[in-house]
Order: sequence, then structure tokens, then C-alpha cells
Amino acid sequence: MKELICICCPRGCHLQVDETQDYAVTGNACPRGAEYGRAECTAPTRVVTSTVAVRGAAYPRCPVKTAAPIPKGKIFEVMATLDGLTLRAPVTLGQVVVKNAAGTGVDVVATRTLE
Amino acid sequence: MTDYQLIVVGGGPAGLAAAIAAWEEGLTKILVVERDRDLGGILNQCIHNGFGLHHFGEELTGPEYAGRFVQKLAETGVSVLTDAMVLEVTPEKQVRLVSREMGYQELTAQAVVLAMGCRERTRGAIGTPGTRPAGVFTAGAAQRYVNIEGQMPGKRVVILGSGDIGLIMARRMTLEGAKVLACVELMPYSGGLTRNIVQCLQDYDIPLYLSHTITEIRGKNRLSGVTVAQVGPDRAPIPGTEQDFACDTLLLSVGLVPENELTRAAGIPIDPHTNGAVVYENRETECPGIFACGNVLQVHDLVDYVTAESELAGRAAAAYLAGGCPADDEPYIAVDAGAAIGYTVPQRIRPGKIDKSAELFFRVRAPMKKSRILVTSGGVQLAAYPRERLAPGEMERIQLPKSLLQKAMGSITVSAEEVAE
Repeated sequence: MKELICICCPRGCHLQVDETQDYAVTGNACPRGAEYGRAECTAPTRVVTSTVAVRGAAYPRCPVKTAAPIPKGKIFEVMATLDGLTLRAPVTLGQVVVKNAAGTGVDVVATRTLE
Repeated sequence: MTDYQLIVVGGGPAGLAAAIAAWEEGLTKILVVERDRDLGGILNQCIHNGFGLHHFGEELTGPEYAGRFVQKLAETGVSVLTDAMVLEVTPEKQVRLVSREMGYQELTAQAVVLAMGCRERTRGAIGTPGTRPAGVFTAGAAQRYVNIEGQMPGKRVVILGSGDIGLIMARRMTLEGAKVLACVELMPYSGGLTRNIVQCLQDYDIPLYLSHTITEIRGKNRLSGVTVAQVGPDRAPIPGTEQDFACDTLLLSVGLVPENELTRAAGIPIDPHTNGAVVYENRETECPGIFACGNVLQVHDLVDYVTAESELAGRAAAAYLAGGCPADDEPYIAVDAGAAIGYTVPQRIRPGKIDKSAELFFRVRAPMKKSRILVTSGGVQLAAYPRERLAPGEMERIQLPKSLLQKAMGSITVSAEEVAE
């Protein structure tokens, strides 16, 4: 039995995950908790957020995120792909900044429109 | 004739939601005044995700959450003045402001929503001894440097305080290549959300020192190190427990203070527990027609609740105008913070002004296990609400039905007590 705190929302449910019962989750208040508990014990993932350089905008950085959660072990590799990258304004919200970041199959997208 | 029906002071999440709600309720002459270059407030530098689960049912980053409201506002006829600083709001609802573009202006309104947000506590507020080198930042200032301006504050970092901004910055500095040596918390529990302890500290093996504090800051020009010591139950450092950390950066995440200079200057009474205005159920202050919402009223954990509260204030401002700007003479029930409760918002409820129920926000003073929240009046229990656990870092809310309030005699008291498991 593994004890976890769910990070899906600010409620922070205290989950118990039973590895012997096909990762059955108890203590969750919603289905996201069951999914998170299982994933966290088998293949943990995170959404990575950061910034990349941008030229021609009011600010020198544009915020970005992975469009979906990526394997936890790939976080620093994804961060490395953002290094040395420079966008040109205008940037629109949702614009793909890096395709298939670090081979995760997940794109990195802009999270702010910068004119 | 006034210049505007409603002036909203502040264009962060609170001001945006209040202005949009007032517009949707039929007000047509609304002005939002924002001191920064862009609308969106502090959300623009909160590039991490986790916003919007309640309001939008999906997880957004700060800029995305702000962006949705900025977009929505642009679809209304609400006027916006950015790069403009409000200097004074009078009880007569005259708003004095200054901007580079327009110079000094005096504008009048029939209603005002105060949505100025909050400010970080600084080193001065906690009185940490030592020298005064460069390299000591509030966590939010460092967040702006990294996320908006693209500057790294330093390479070896210690964080004092385990509030959410400190935790978020621990992860952010780590991702950007800094070494975060420790997160130091005075209290025996963290002030941040549990999920942030997990995904910001534990994910990156950053140690959290509970019941510890910084007893010395060293360095001549640049910070060279700090001394961390354990504290006893009285929160005083325990001699002999000191350990030194060599670091060039200290981030402070030691609390937020509502920014109420304008409120105080207007003579609006402030609740010493929230450091925000005393408000009624619709977020109206004791000055009729002046409303307050968001972090200027009470420091929230979640922007979603800021939005909900500000929509309430925006709608109330519209109703105030629709009702012909009444003077306030309706009877109210005072809400008192009883045992284990730090504060409540609102502090006053007018049963005559609510439809079905009023929502009450509060925080407990210390973490509690399985508990119940009690509402009493004149020593009689009116309602009890069970909770699995309570923590000061997580704001609680309960619904008070109108029928319950009608049973109250003059005032109600909210308290919390642990119950046997």
C-alpha cells in the first residue's frame, strides 16, 4: 500500500494505492484521483511550464507549457530543448513552439499572446 | 452626472471579473484602472499550471487564465486605462489618478470596486538579523525577474517560508539550473498547498525544514550565506541547532498583505485579522457603493475563488445602481470568528439581501484532524459541517442558508473543533 497526495487539484486528497490490487486507489474524491494514483505509481507524468526568449515583444520572455503531461524523467530534457530558442513576435496563445519535445510526442506551446 | 457608473481599481483577476460581471448585469459606463502596462495582474508571471479547475473545469497556466478574462473584457464596452495609478478614492466616489498619457485626472463614479490585490511581506516585516547584501528577494519579485524579464536572480538558493509562491519558485529556479538547497519554514506545518509540497519540493528532492528559521543573513556586497536554526514551540531559535548554508540568493515567501492604502485613506474600516475591509455579504464595504474583492479583501489560495468573489462584487455594484444607490440602513448579522478560527469573510450578513444562502469564507488558526465546523448564535447551535481535515493554508467555505440566518440573534459565531476519528 502506497500513500500519496493527489496533485490534480488544490484539494490535495490523501490517496492509498494498493499495488497488489492492480493499483486500486482509495481516498480520492473524484475520478482524476484514481487515474493520478495509478499513473503516479506506474508511470508518473507532469506538465512542464517555462519560458522561451522572444524578440519584438514588450517583454523578452514568452511563457510556454507542454500541451499534455510528459514522463517525469523527461522534464530536464524538455527544458534543454527550450534553451537557445528565440521566438519572433507576434506570438499567439497555443502556437506550437517545439514539436514533439524530447521525443515525448508532446508539443510545447505558447501560453500568452505577445504582439 | 458622473463620469462613470462604476470605476474598478485594479485590472488583475479580481478587477477583470468584477468589471465583466457588472457589464453583464447591464452597466454600460465602466472603467478599469490598472497601474501595469497590461491587464491580468500577477497571473502574468504565474506561468505554472493549476489555475481554473473550479471556474473553467480545466487546468490552465496563469497567463492563460488571465488571457481568457482579458479577451472577454475586450468583447464588452468596458473602458480600460493602463499605466495609470489611482492616488485616492473618496467616500463620495471621486477617483483621483495619474498616468503618463493623461496626467492627473479626477473622475467621478456612482460605485467603486476596490481590487488592488496584495503585496508580499519583506525582510523588514520579519526582522531577520544580519547584513544587507544584494541577493535577498521576495519570491514574487524573483518570479517576475525569471518569468517576465528573463533574468536569473542567482545560482544557489535558500527559500524562507513555504507559502505557495516560495514552493513554486523552488521548482522554477531548479528547472532554470539553480541549486535550491532548502526550504525553511518557521511553523511545524507548511503554509502552502499540499500539492505544491509534492510537485515542487518532493519531485526535485528539495528538503523542507519545518520548525526552522533563518537567524543570520551574511555577505558584504552579495549574499554569501545564511544560518538556519531549529525553533521551539515558542518559535524562538534553539541554541546549538544552527547550520550554515553557503548561498547567493535568499527568496522570502513569508506572507501576503492586502494593499489597502486607498481603502484606509477613504476612511473605510479594516478588519485587523484579514487586513482587508470589513464587508457585507455582497462585498460592500461600510461605505455604501464602495465594494472590495479578491486579495485586497482577503488573501486567497485560488484565483478561481477570487473570480467568484469578484463576480459577486461586480453584480452587487450593478444592483446598487439599479436600486438607486441606497444608503445602508438594513439590519445585519455580525459574524464572529470563534474558537480555532482566524477570520471570516464576510464579517456582516444582511439576511434581507441574500436569495437562498450566503457563502462564508474562513481559515483555521492551526491544522486540525477530523473536525466539525459549528455555527452558533446566543449559545445555540444552528448548524454543523463535518470536515476530514482543516489547515490554515487552505481556505474553508460553508453555505449559510437564509433560514438559518433568520434564526440568528444579532450575531453568529463560527468555530471549529476536532472530533474523535
